[in-house]
Amino acid sequence: MSDASAHALEHHEPVTSTGIPNKKVLMWAFLGSDCMFFGTLISTHLIYRKISATVGGNFLDIRDVFDIELTSFSTFILLASSLFMALAVSAIHKGNLNSTRWMLFGTIIFGAIFLACQVYEFTHFIHAPGNELTLSTYRGEPHVFGSTFYVLTGTHGTHVAIGVFWLLGWLAYSFTGKMSTAHALDVEICGLYWHFVDIVWIIIFPVVYLMEYAL
Amino acid sequence: MATESIKYLAPDADNKAKTQVFPRPGQHTTGLVDWLTTIDHKKIGLMYGLTALFFLIIGGIEALLIRSQLWDHNMAVLTNREYNQMFTMHGTTMVFLVIMPLSAAFFNFIMPLQIGARDVAFPRMNALSLWCFVGGGIILNLSWFFTGGSPAIGWFGYAPLTDTRFAEVIGDMGPDFWIFSLQILGVASLLASFNFITTIINMRAPGMTMMRLPVFTWMTLIVSFLIILAFPAITIALVELMFDRTYGTNFYDFLEGGKPHLWQHLFWIFGHPEVYILILPAMGIVSEVIPVFSRKPLFGYGLIVFSGAIIGFMGFAVWSHHMFTTGMGVVATSAFAMLTMLIAIPTGVKIFNWIGTMWGGRIRFDTPMLFALGFITMFMIGGFTGIMHSSVPIDAQHQDSYFVVAHFHYVLIGGALFGLFCGFYFWLPKLTGRMMSEKVGKFVFTLMFLGFNLTFFPMHYLGMIGQPRRTHTYNEGHGFETWNQIATVGAFILGVGIAIGVLQFINSFFNKKLKPAGKNPWDARTLEWTLSSPVKEYNFARTPIIKARDQAWENNYGPKENHSEKEPLDDHGVHMPDRSWWPLITALGLLGLAIGMLFHRTIDPSGELVRDYTYPIIAGAVAILGMIMWALEGPGGYHLFPKEDEE
Repeated sequence: MSDASAHALEHHEPVTSTGIPNKKVLMWAFLGSDCMFFGTLISTHLIYRKISATVGGNFLDIRDVFDIELTSFSTFILLASSLFMALAVSAIHKGNLNSTRWMLFGTIIFGAIFLACQVYEFTHFIHAPGNELTLSTYRGEPHVFGSTFYVLTGTHGTHVAIGVFWLLGWLAYSFTGKMSTAHALDVEICGLYWHFVDIVWIIIFPVVYLMEYAL
Repeated sequence: MATESIKYLAPDADNKAKTQVFPRPGQHTTGLVDWLTTIDHKKIGLMYGLTALFFLIIGGIEALLIRSQLWDHNMAVLTNREYNQMFTMHGTTMVFLVIMPLSAAFFNFIMPLQIGARDVAFPRMNALSLWCFVGGGIILNLSWFFTGGSPAIGWFGYAPLTDTRFAEVIGDMGPDFWIFSLQILGVASLLASFNFITTIINMRAPGMTMMRLPVFTWMTLIVSFLIILAFPAITIALVELMFDRTYGTNFYDFLEGGKPHLWQHLFWIFGHPEVYILILPAMGIVSEVIPVFSRKPLFGYGLIVFSGAIIGFMGFAVWSHHMFTTGMGVVATSAFAMLTMLIAIPTGVKIFNWIGTMWGGRIRFDTPMLFALGFITMFMIGGFTGIMHSSVPIDAQHQDSYFVVAHFHYVLIGGALFGLFCGFYFWLPKLTGRMMSEKVGKFVFTLMFLGFNLTFFPMHYLGMIGQPRRTHTYNEGHGFETWNQIATVGAFILGVGIAIGVLQFINSFFNKKLKPAGKNPWDARTLEWTLSSPVKEYNFARTPIIKARDQAWENNYGPKENHSEKEPLDDHGVHMPDRSWWPLITALGLLGLAIGMLFHRTIDPSGELVRDYTYPIIAGAVAILGMIMWALEGPGGYHLFPKEDEE
């Protein structure tokens, strides 16, 4: 590491008591808190799934609505995006700006594909002929499944969207000519967030989707 | 102060200048702009404190109106709906706009000084927390002026009281204001807690190990963890409620498959840790004050710290004791009853440690000590009635009676508020540089102690003979009148006491005739007392190297090897971050977003519901712009060159 960059690092990242940069502690604390956000949403969904198992007196078989092939595909895409994210972090640590750009771009595209799948999924579920699942009804009857499902997966989608915009910010910044290894920490923190959002989906996908097929 | 200073220019200052929309307030900013853009933890703490004291007066007036209504049977000071609004607003205000921000004021002002830091880890984020808190307070109190007036749903907002179909007034907006206000206050608390956690974990001076941290700092850390783990539950519950009210989802709508019971669970999963969020800071303050005025080190430091941690941890496992009468079943009820009894143990440990600290000490009865003693005794009474409620059959008897009102006011006024007032009398000299009159202070304590007990002790009895809470009046012939009248008289005495106290605090900022405080007026023991009063903007000219737990005490009385040392003066000077407009602008954006969402629905002449998202989108864009500009401007900064020991 050259003297100049060592000085820059020193200036940006003061020595801390634990040796872990402040921003990283902040992100870990936030992720701990975010666990509780999703924990609350997922438990709400599971509780209602158990106690409101019927709609209009009939057993609620949500498989009539779900499109498990599509969701499996988008799950795969989201998980794959984590690889790009990890490679982007590795590239910026090595100072390879060109590679960083491409890997950020890949993460963004995959995140965007996931979001597109979700938008497609939501619109299809709401208009599924004969099986309309809206925020407050299923097949025209009042039900809670739509409420818990859309708010839970929608909150996750919002997290992905925030991540995509954050990464877009870094992609744009990489073209200003100011981006260097000094920003490796910031990209890494962005990566922590991205991986976390992925992990949450790894829980949501089996619990909300796959479990419906295990019966 | 004749500190010479130079403007610090970052290497990329030219680039920075290009991204500035308007000039960033510089080092010598004064007046209003200084207060609006400050990122100094001491000024932010001060603003937290003053705003919270303002809301204390508002919440107090609401309480006095409640007490006036209950003066006699069938009084007509307030209608039943106004009464419901008063206790809702009183509860919400006192919890979220008074006790929590008063604690945050002390966290901000004292904690960085106690650990030897120059500021918190993220000074601009700290300013955002402050402005979000102010914004949340504004939204809650704006509710008075719109359809339906303030919320009349209790501070707990139980479903289905919040269901639009059961609103007493058509199109009642009170609950919506309540929801959005709590969301913004949640943002404020969460951001502040992330900040404090990072600061305490990462910005301790060399030698300040975790087990040398002052107890108040420990409690700050524990409370911050409680906040980041407990607030998500209420945030999500409020999001679900907002969806119910705005977009017709069925989360809590029992007519369409929702379960109001779930709201209670989610609310109390937040609500019970919240109780400890309110009381632990006061316990931290008292743990600082008692050793100083007993002239002894704190007895059982480790036990006090770990009891605090255990209380925080177990606080997440007792929420359902607020719901014993909802019919959760025998197993759940017994388990929560047992855990509730268990949590009394670490609390008792703390009380015995405070008594142990005083035992054999040379006790000085200055005002802070009086409040600390008031805290211990009053909190103990509140604690005893709390243990009574852990027993399910007794709880079933007390449920919704004035006994419960007595219980939690003993904990929250006799406990939290006495602790916070203790903190004011103890630390305000550090903030203002002036001592407050002991005579007035003791008078305030006497009024508050008397008034408080006159108000709330009779409520135990009133509850036992059957007066229900949250009911706007009572009929003749129950024998409630006498004790209610005593309680009302007591409430006014308490109100006068608090008002004189607040005036005394404010007076000490302006009254130049008061005695100067000097560095260490109480001969106290923690690091903040090694600094001048008021504290210089850079806090420490040289970072101290900590050698002992009670460092200020050791410096004065301890052996040579325990005296703190100081890092050499850096020839770069002390780096101070620049002030910034963006926290304020981001907070304004969030405030606008909340208000925009409150008013985005209109009914057009044909009776159709029309949604117009223009204003929320504009306000949201302002918030996002604020964050982007915030990221681009960077910390900035200038350097100060204090003299050797100018601190």
